Parts: sequence; C-alpha cells; structure tokens
Amino acid sequence: MNPMRMRPIPPSTMSRRFFLKAVAGGAGLTLGIYDAAAQMSGPGKTAGAAAAGSFEPNAFVRIGKDNTVTVVVKHLEMGQGVYTGLPTLVAEELDAAWSQVRAEAAPADASRYNNLLWGPAQGTGGSTAIANSFEQYRQAGAAARAMLVAAAAEQWKVPAASVQVKNGVVTSGTRKATFGELADAAAKQPVPTAVTLKDPKDFVYIGKDVRRTDSRAKSNGTARFTQDVKLPDMLTAVVLHAPRFGQKIAKVDSAAVNSIPGVRYVVEIPNGVAVIATTFWAAKKGRDALKVEWDPATGSKATTEQLLADYRKLAATPGKSAKKTGDAEAAIGSGAKKLDATYEFPFLAHAAMEPMNCVVKLTRESCEIWNGEQFQTGDQMAIAKYTGLKPEQVKLNMMYAGGSFGRRASSLSDYVLEAVSIAVQLVKSDKVGIPVKLVWTREDDMRAGFYRPMYVHAMRAAVDADGKIAGWHHRIVGQSILAGTAFESMMVKDGIDLTSVEGASTLPYDFAHMTVELHTTDAGVPVLWWRSVGSSHTAFSTETFFDELASLAGKDPVAMRRDLLAKHPRHLAALNLAAEKAGWSQPLAAGKADEKRGRGIAVHESFGTVVAQVAEVTVDKDNKFKVDRVVCAVDCGLAVNPDNVRSQMEGGIGFGLTAALYGKITLKDGAVEQSNFHDYPLVRINEMPAVEVHIVPSTAKPTGVGEPGVPPIAPAVANALAQATGKRFRSLPLSLA
Amino acid sequence: MATFFVNKERVDISPNVAGDTPLLWILRDNLNLTGTKYGCGMALCGACTVYLDGQPTRSCVTPLSSLKPGVEITTIEGLASREGKAVQAAWEKLDVPQCGYCQSGQVMAAAALLAKNKRPTDKDIDDAMAGNACRCATYVRIRAAIKEAAKAIA
Repeated sequence: MNPMRMRPIPPSTMSRRFFLKAVAGGAGLTLGIYDAAAQMSGPGKTAGAAAAGSFEPNAFVRIGKDNTVTVVVKHLEMGQGVYTGLPTLVAEELDAAWSQVRAEAAPADASRYNNLLWGPAQGTGGSTAIANSFEQYRQAGAAARAMLVAAAAEQWKVPAASVQVKNGVVTSGTRKATFGELADAAAKQPVPTAVTLKDPKDFVYIGKDVRRTDSRAKSNGTARFTQDVKLPDMLTAVVLHAPRFGQKIAKVDSAAVNSIPGVRYVVEIPNGVAVIATTFWAAKKGRDALKVEWDPATGSKATTEQLLADYRKLAATPGKSAKKTGDAEAAIGSGAKKLDATYEFPFLAHAAMEPMNCVVKLTRESCEIWNGEQFQTGDQMAIAKYTGLKPEQVKLNMMYAGGSFGRRASSLSDYVLEAVSIAVQLVKSDKVGIPVKLVWTREDDMRAGFYRPMYVHAMRAAVDADGKIAGWHHRIVGQSILAGTAFESMMVKDGIDLTSVEGASTLPYDFAHMTVELHTTDAGVPVLWWRSVGSSHTAFSTETFFDELASLAGKDPVAMRRDLLAKHPRHLAALNLAAEKAGWSQPLAAGKADEKRGRGIAVHESFGTVVAQVAEVTVDKDNKFKVDRVVCAVDCGLAVNPDNVRSQMEGGIGFGLTAALYGKITLKDGAVEQSNFHDYPLVRINEMPAVEVHIVPSTAKPTGVGEPGVPPIAPAVANALAQATGKRFRSLPLSLA
Repeated sequence: MATFFVNKERVDISPNVAGDTPLLWILRDNLNLTGTKYGCGMALCGACTVYLDGQPTRSCVTPLSSLKPGVEITTIEGLASREGKAVQAAWEKLDVPQCGYCQSGQVMAAAALLAKNKRPTDKDIDDAMAGNACRCATYVRIRAAIKEAAKAIA
C-alpha cells in the first residue's frame, strides 16, 4: 500500500460541502475538490506509483499496468448493485472501457471511505450509496483521467487539449496508448486540485444499462461470502444461545460434547456457550450435545399476545407529538363521516439467505475480521472497545453479503462481537491467533434477534360534506430502533425516534389538520432496522387508511390522491405514471366466473425516492388470493443504472410481498416461536407477480433504490383485496379468513 | 471409506468422517467446494442443490452414509452441461443475481429443468423452481432467464 494513503485526514475536511463547492466551468461542472487526493499527497505533489506497479491517483481508483481499472468501493455489496454503481461513476468520468473495470472492497477507514451523508463513519444504509458517492466517485475518475491525459501530453509532446480519451484508449492524432501503458507516467503527474465533470448529455455509462460486475461470479459459484472464507487452521464455532432474550446461564454440562470427534473447545461467552470444532457439522453436533441449565429468573418474558394488548391500550391514550398541523381533533369532530381504524404489525425477521456469520483472527496485538457488514467503522470501533485494541489494530476484510436488509447493520455489533467474544476466550486460554468462523444456523438466525419492531397504529379521520378529508390523526405504538445505540443522540429528537414515525410524519398529503403521535415502548425485544425501516409499516397504515377514506367520500383513490398532492410534483408524477401504465382509467379485466378481481394503488416516499405501485389481485372461490401483476413507477432522480433500478424495484416488491403474505415473528415467554422457512415462509417464484417498472425521467441528483420499492406493495395489495372483497385489511400479514 | 465422484473426480472420504455428515458439509468443509450454499439445513430453501447421478438433490439433508458407492455428484463448480452453460449465460445476460447467495442452487435447479424440458412454460418454471427461495426475490428475472436459456439451446 502506498504509505501516503495512510496519512489520516481530519474528519472535518471530508465534509460534504467540499464536494459540492461548484464553480462555473465550460460545458461541464468544475468542482473545487479533490480533497481526498490533495490531503493524501498535497496539492501539486505527485500521487506516486504504488509498490505493485500500479497508478493510484486517489483512494478510489487504481490503474494497473495490465490495463485494469480497479474501483475501490466503500460500501457493502449485499445485492443492491453498488459494486456496479460506484464503478460506473468512475468509468464514466475516466472514459474507461467497461470491460476493464473491476470492483474491490475498501478497507474500514472512516477518514477516506466515510459515507458523506453520515459524517465521519463508513457504512451502508438508508439507500445512500449512490446518493452520497455521486460526485465523489465521478471526481475520482475525472482526476485519474486528467493525470492520464497530462502523462500522454508530456510523452507525446502535444498540448493536453489535443489528447482524447474514449473507451479506455488515450489518443492524440495518430498517437495511441492504453491506460496500462500510461500508468507509470500518470503516477508522476501532479494530482489535480480541481476537475471538470462531464455534462450529463455526454454520459456514456450513467443512465445506461451497464451490466453488473458480479453476475458471473454469482452464477458460477465463485463469489465469496463470509460463509466461504477458509483460512489455514481455521475452526468453526456454533453457539447455543439462550432460549429467552437475555437469559443467563445457571450451569453448563459439556461432558457429552467432548466425545464428539472434531470438537476442540467449549467456551462460555456472554451470549451463551460456543462449541468450536474443525468442521461445521462437528461444531453443530457438539452444540446439540450441550446440556445447559438457564437461570429461570433471568431473561425476557415477552409474549406477543400480552404486548399486543398493552400496545392497544396505549394506542387509546395520547402519545408524544411527532407532528401537529392545525387542530385535527376539532376538524375530525366536526366532520360529516368519521373513520377509526387500528392497525397491527408483527415483529419481522430479516431472514437473509446467508445466516449471520463472521470470521475472526485475534492476537494480543491485532484483530482481523472477514465479514460482509453494513457498518464497517462502527463494528471496528465496537471490536476495539471490546478487545481493548486500538481501532487501527482491527482490520476488516469485506466479503459479499448474502443479503442483509439491515441485519448486517447491527447498531450493537451483536453477531460480530459474539464472534470476537469467542476468539477472546481462546486468547485468554493462550490459544492465540486461531481463526474462528462463527456460523449461525438458520434457527439461530431466526431466534437470536434482531427484528423489525412490532407496532400498533391507531388512526382517526373524517371526511366533510364535500368529501374532503377534514382531519387526520395518527398514533403509533412500538419500540425504538435507536434507543440505546450510538444513533440515539442524532436521530431521536424530543423523545421521538424518527425511524418510528418516518412516512407518517412526512406524509405528503395536503391536510390542514394533521396530528402524528408516538408511544415508545420498552418491550425488551432486540429490534433493528429492516429494509425500508419506518416505511415498512407507516406506508401500509397511511395508504390503506387513505383508500378507505376515499371510499367513504365516494371518490376514486387516484383522483383523491391527486387532489392532495399538488404541492408534491414528484409524488404526483409517480402516481400518474403508475396509474397510466396500469390502465387505471379502464376497468380491470374480469376473472373466471367464480373469481373476484381487484386493483389497488399506493404511493410512498422513502429515502428521497418516490414509488407508486398498482397491484392487481385475483381471489378464488376458496378465498385464496394471488397477486397477478404489479405496475411500479419510481422517481429516484437521475437513474444511474436503469436496469438496476428495475431490478431493485422487482426485488423490493417480492421482499415486501413476503411481509404482506407471511411475515410474522411471535414471542412466547421471551422466546421466538418460529425457527426456519417452514414456519417463516418466503414468497416463492410461483407467488411472484409479473412486474413492470417505469422510471420517471429526471435530471435531479440520484437518490437510492435499495429500499423504496418495498413500502408500497403491501398497501397496494391490501387496497386491491379491499376492492375485490369489500373487506378492509388492517393487519399484516394479510388474511382473508 | 466412502468413495464417489465429485465433478468427475474420484473422492475418498476417510472412515473417520461421521456418516451422518450431510453431503453439503462434506463439499464445503472437506472438499472446499464452497459454491454450494447452506441456507436452512432442512431442504426448505434449495441453496444447497447439487446433482446425484444427474438428479437435483438437497445436499443439506443427504447424509454421507446414504451416498451410493460410486455416485456421480455434480456441483455448481462442475456444471458443464449445455443447459448449465446456457443458464449461466442467461443469468449473466439478464443480471439475475442480486446478493447471489441462493443463485448456485437456482442455476442448478434451472439447468435440471431444461435438461428435462426444453421449452418450459411459466407453469413448468414455477413448478420446478418453487423449492428454491430467493430473499432478494429475483424471480422475475429467473423466469425470463430460463426462457432466454431455453431459446439459446433450442
């Protein structure tokens, strides 16, 4: 590694404003940037060639003599396409050929690889990967290009203005060179202090369907996930977790474990007892042979039925104010027709296909981790604190994540610290530096936490004599995702956890009288963000309640939404596009004689992206239903990769459909009742609707697409079912019984 | 000693390896063939799909002791059939994978379908692929890619 890259950068110099300081400049945009490079080597100094004979103009791009362009990606690839999106931004400004571009994971380093929307922390979440990197990675590519151009001009003794770069080839007149051929010379060029970005009309990759960099490896079994890490002398650990959350060990009897071939160690850790063996199967058999008595006086006693009863009671009492406009109580009181509804949402598991796991190699001076995780520097700090090492002694090797959906963004670093706690026990017994892979079984993954919180929403509204919504009152009851985490101070304001009310307090409809209240409960169940976070429940209650009010007012649900979205042109455009493409103005084709069909719509903004979806359902004579087709319209600003936008919408719809049809984690006496896919089913291909995705044309800065496809599907389906059956649906998962 | 073939290579498993060890973990831990994935351990998700004498099989519930001597096992690493190559090419062309963790199993199941049925309908695809869960829900593209592969080998 180039030692100059190691120079720490004060976090304050990496703030977002540096990357947005635009000055007028030609056809494109000239940005007064290049802090990353400038800070590394000083303005006007050379970036230098790396030891491996490659050209590293900055922390994000490396050009090899073999003509490869390696883009260092600071975010986790968990399926959302960031190993394609960020390289696209670099390739665009570098004018690289797409075939020469590779993606490589960045190390954990908040000074160079922080999420620019989060301040001095590196991490992936909130659908921010493209949004925070859009200028940064383009600037990185543009700087590299400028240095290649300068090198060519110097070698060929031609003016820089005569040098062209196109599709990975540098030319001037009859002169021609590849990036690889110029790498050495480019490394000796001064790092530019300002670069000119392309005019969007000149984009060759951005806005086009660039192919994913990881599809081949993920189709032939060579993509490497944490589960696939193999190191010399590595052992596998399987943990017996407490049956109830937080339950303490009374007595451990490991006699039967020791006779199992392959078992090497049994260690007590804060989360339970770990069996460490040469293979997974030996470790699992060892774990299953453990006899542990758990202290009955300790641990959670939470039971879903009791929590629901408590939440319902709370929902009938005033909560803390999250939003107040006008006087909703009075407006509802004087309304012509009133509507009251209570909504219930269960705990949900993330259930990524790759159960949680983590590889640790711990010595007294260092900790090396192999993991696919969303919070690199948060986990790095947590490990440092837990082990007493310095953060820089904790090295992170990023792997692909086999799904995450928020689970690998653990605010408390739960499973990562569990792995480290096992290694700590080994080191304490002088077993130093043995790599250990913690593997959770599916059952561990389902039962050992963390969950999308359970919520109850109480909603009240009235329509006036003209059929207009007179007042809107929304009360939410549930646990805080952020309480007790490092995010609490930033994102809990005046007792309101913003992630509990987002989507409800930010409802776009133009209501003169609106109240949103929150009761934050203390259920003691480990909770976490789950793809689309607050919008995973607020979109359902707001968009189905709205539909019901439209019905009460005798209005078309699309027309009524249009009337209240005049001040929100992006919502309006997405709504109109979805309605138009779905043929909303035409009657829905009838089903067979004994079938009922229905069509429903929902529109919701999350993470700055607006998505509208129209769902068509068929209910058969046995009262079973199928979602036949979903038409989706999305406004995510400029679509960097339209095909990936479509892919994320398709996947978001399928993911949201699992919550709509099946998702439910229940607790009995502090323990989770579900264990595997037989009692926590996922939507399968035979239940997947046909999906059409339409992108609202936009030149605005890109927002994210990883999460926003999820929220509208459940309410769109519920509204369609309501139209088909005449019944209303106020809890998830949906049930026609 | 258990003797069988994995991707056409002879494999001898030491008698010290417990007979109840699922084939999945023999492949992953003993043979270092990590393309076949662990997802559920109960034949519920299909991520561990391999072929035993050409038949798609859930390796996570196939104990070592149940393997017939000399059985031919094919994993994603050894998938070389015309159907398999066509499926992988279509997966790449349509960018089917998202997180990718289940995709070895999906590809194995899809190639097995095409080996039996050259022109599968949507219903055939649903029936053959419903045992393979994808949490990213890449199903829209799986359907399209199977049809694409079918076209390519027609």
